[in-house]
Amino acid sequence: MSTTTDRAQTAGPPPAAPSPIARVHVPERSIASELRAIKIVWKRELIRFRSDKLRMVTSLVQPLLFLFILGSGLQRLSSTSTHGVNLKTFIYPGILCVSVMFTAMFSAASIVWDREFGFLREMMVAPIRRSSIVIGKCLGGATVAGIQGAIVICLAGFVKVPYAPVLILEILALQLLLAFSITAFGVMVAARITQMQAFMGVMQMVVMPMFFISGALFPVAGLPAWLAVLNRFDPLTYAVDPMRKLIFDHIHTNPLAQKVLNPGVTWFGWHVPGLLEAGMILLLGIGMLGIAIWEFTTTE
Amino acid sequence: MPAASDHNSSPPAISVKSLAKSYGEVEAVRGVDFDVEPGEVFGFLGPNGAGKTTTINMLCTLAKPTSGSATVAGHDVVRERDDVRRNIGLVFQDPTLDGYLTAEQNLRLHAELYGVQSNLVPARMRQVLDMVGLWERKDSPVATFSGGMRRRLEIARGFLHSPRVLFLDEPTIGLDPQTRRSIWTYIRELKEAEDITIFLTTHYMDEAEWCDRIAIMDHGQIVALDSPEALKARVGADTVRIHTADDEAAIAALAEHFDLEATMSEGAVTFRVPAGEEFVPRLFAELGVPIRAVNVSRPTLDDVFMSYTGTSIRDAEEDSGKARSRAMMQMMSGGRR
Ligand SMILES: Nc1ncnc2c1ncn2[C@@H]1O[C@H](COP(=O)(O)OP(=O)(O)O)[C@@H](O)[C@H]1O
Ligand SMILES: [Mg+2]
Repeated sequence: MSTTTDRAQTAGPPPAAPSPIARVHVPERSIASELRAIKIVWKRELIRFRSDKLRMVTSLVQPLLFLFILGSGLQRLSSTSTHGVNLKTFIYPGILCVSVMFTAMFSAASIVWDREFGFLREMMVAPIRRSSIVIGKCLGGATVAGIQGAIVICLAGFVKVPYAPVLILEILALQLLLAFSITAFGVMVAARITQMQAFMGVMQMVVMPMFFISGALFPVAGLPAWLAVLNRFDPLTYAVDPMRKLIFDHIHTNPLAQKVLNPGVTWFGWHVPGLLEAGMILLLGIGMLGIAIWEFTTTE
Repeated sequence: MPAASDHNSSPPAISVKSLAKSYGEVEAVRGVDFDVEPGEVFGFLGPNGAGKTTTINMLCTLAKPTSGSATVAGHDVVRERDDVRRNIGLVFQDPTLDGYLTAEQNLRLHAELYGVQSNLVPARMRQVLDMVGLWERKDSPVATFSGGMRRRLEIARGFLHSPRVLFLDEPTIGLDPQTRRSIWTYIRELKEAEDITIFLTTHYMDEAEWCDRIAIMDHGQIVALDSPEALKARVGADTVRIHTADDEAAIAALAEHFDLEATMSEGAVTFRVPAGEEFVPRLFAELGVPIRAVNVSRPTLDDVFMSYTGTSIRDAEEDSGKARSRAMMQMMSGGRR
């Protein structure tokens, strides 16, 4: 380095360029450049997830605890009321949803980190739309949460859920949808909440109640009125319910068990079809993505 | 582009008119005017809280001016945000690298965000990494880099998409003197290597010497703007320190023979006089008191700052509650030229 220092000190004629210059230029904004930006923001989430092996392991702990400890423990207590269905099978869709939810929220939290460690500014000042950053983030978070969900799906056999290809694909699609919507929700929150502590607080305040109210751990029929109302307003209800319907379609049970454990969500007595439920999750996700984009475009 | 070769008639790289920005009550920038010529290294010099970062943020389209206007590379920073962004590179005051990614991944991400032609990316990446001496470390995660290496990587990244104007906000803040010097060397070299305008800020007075022109900023206003040499010349007087056999007599003789007011400072008779070096022979001939040692120093930018604001930059720093590395500034000051 000493030679270069000397050169600058004498401030003589410009030194010869070390190599021919590979000049580049930044093209005008186009759909192609936006897609490229979305792709790289998405890819960054995956690179970071891959390098974070610990996170993959730790985020599996929770679903395993719920399924195999809580599930096995309560099984004896509830064996008469589940009418021959394994309790683990019953709570499986709920546990899958909540683990996807947690991972998605953690992915969205990375936007808070990015802001704290400055990287967000690097993206914000690039000649691309803010919406590309937000979309890339949401897709990236959804993919990461989806991978996490896929690992939990692999456990299906241990809780007596058959590995039927159609069933697995349908569950996979549903949980991806949920992963996307929750990430969008997280990003929307992260646009406003700039401190990790606060974000984690909000997450606890939102995720746990949503989980408990959703019917992940209990059938959604015959609830006390106040809980039924809360349950119908909980978005997670509409992710757990269709998933449970799918699973109960593929296991052999008696009609009584079906009626008690898989009553399906009703609105004033009307059975809400699974497809509509999935559609609601999608719409909510898109809505929150829209709000997140709006928030990021209007801040300086 | 007929006028491209003619430097004088080419439009300014940055043109700023009555630019101002308030955050609620706080007037961070209170109407500044200046032009930066293409190919210039232009420095914004001022204590912490002077409004340097705010000015850069407005020029980089990250903050909306409260009033006034500015163009960068010929594009209006409010109305033509995208065009401005395509033409600028940025090194923020605070680090903005992704520590989880390697140096190369950080650069590639940047290239993708800026839509740099994929086939040119590897060569360009190699080139900028070579320029800042980080090619060998390209596969290391940035988290393992030292502060100076990160800074260099950020400079390389700001440079990656061949911007026409490169903004550097306090590129050497918090670094040790050696690293600061090498960062400046890299900045000058990059400038020589490519046709680029550099706009930077610093609160280290001594660093402004690396700039072609500097604007001294205080309390959101530009108080002086010129080349470092001209600014110092404008302060005029040099400082002369002499050690004599009889200091009392020397002070009296200075007043009597030269009409100069001298004081004792740090054990030396100290006085200010224009063109100090030419004055020394006369001093020896006419003082009448034996002189043991003479020291003549040119005005420093500290003197310049003092003469325009009535306070030293260090006091100004302390005012804003951020007296950083004073020892470092003293070590560095006056060392170059
Ligand atoms: N986002 C902001 N909100 C409120 N005040 C700000 C903001 N950014 C800067 N300021 C204020 O504006 C003034 C100038 O700050 P800044 O431009 O960062 O100075 P410098 O970069 O010269 O140290 C300071 O008083 C600072 O507190
Ligand atoms: Mg600053």
